Amino acid sequence: MTPIASTVGGVLIGLSTTMVLLTHGRIAGVSGIFAGALERPKEEGSWRLAFVAGLLVGGVVLSLLYPQAFVISHGHPTWTAVVGGAIVGVGVRLGSGCTSGHGVCGISRRSGRSLVATLTFIGTGALTVALLRLTGISS
Amino acid sequence: MKGVVAAFAAGLLFAVGLALGGMTQPAKVVGFLDFFGDWDASLAFVMGGAVLTHAGTRWLVLKRRAPLHLERFVLPTRTDIDPALIGGAALFGVGWALSGFCPAPGLVALPALSTEAWLFVGSMATAMVIFDRLRASRTAETA
Repeated sequence: MTPIASTVGGVLIGLSTTMVLLTHGRIAGVSGIFAGALERPKEEGSWRLAFVAGLLVGGVVLSLLYPQAFVISHGHPTWTAVVGGAIVGVGVRLGSGCTSGHGVCGISRRSGRSLVATLTFIGTGALTVALLRLTGISS
Repeated sequence: MKGVVAAFAAGLLFAVGLALGGMTQPAKVVGFLDFFGDWDASLAFVMGGAVLTHAGTRWLVLKRRAPLHLERFVLPTRTDIDPALIGGAALFGVGWALSGFCPAPGLVALPALSTEAWLFVGSMATAMVIFDRLRASRTAETA
């Protein structure tokens, strides 16, 4: 467990989401920002595209300076990345948000919708991991 | 132009936060969701730190009449809890546990060139676009 690094990381995420609210007046739900960047890249001065570019460039710098952040060691078979990705893609659009949108921003604004969503995705996530462990897909 | 730089900077900051927090490591995500097994509470600290920080600062921003690069604040208005919300969230949790990724960490992990991150993001992006197109055409039909 990494309580200190994780808390610091969380604080930076919190600051970033407040920054987005200040500069562009919107919830920093990355699923929505990414979908918007894909489907309407020129909208509102292309700020969503710029945000995604920031994520990617951040990734470039981090992959050089802090590569241990990207270690893949959960031991799931490769198909879980494809199937998981597709399910996430549908889920975040259907459910109007993800961990940053509902979990961070929604809960911060005391949204009942977001609290329910967050508890739901953590709940089904936990059940899924339990199932994966039981079936030996995850070890 | 300035809006673009600000958004880019926010994305950069977000990326660093995700990496430090452990969100970009599938094993930490799966470990956090492993309530019935070997529980890694780290992501609870990420969420806690993020919510406390955002909740503690957003009220200051909202004292303004408008954001810096948009004419007005655009915040969600819905308060109802409908099947789409529950169903979508439920699905999201499943996909998150299966892959160990959610949207932002998947994107941040792309430059590190893991097969898993690229497969995840490619699959997610495809699914998002197809879903949105289907939803839009359904709404157009019933309009």
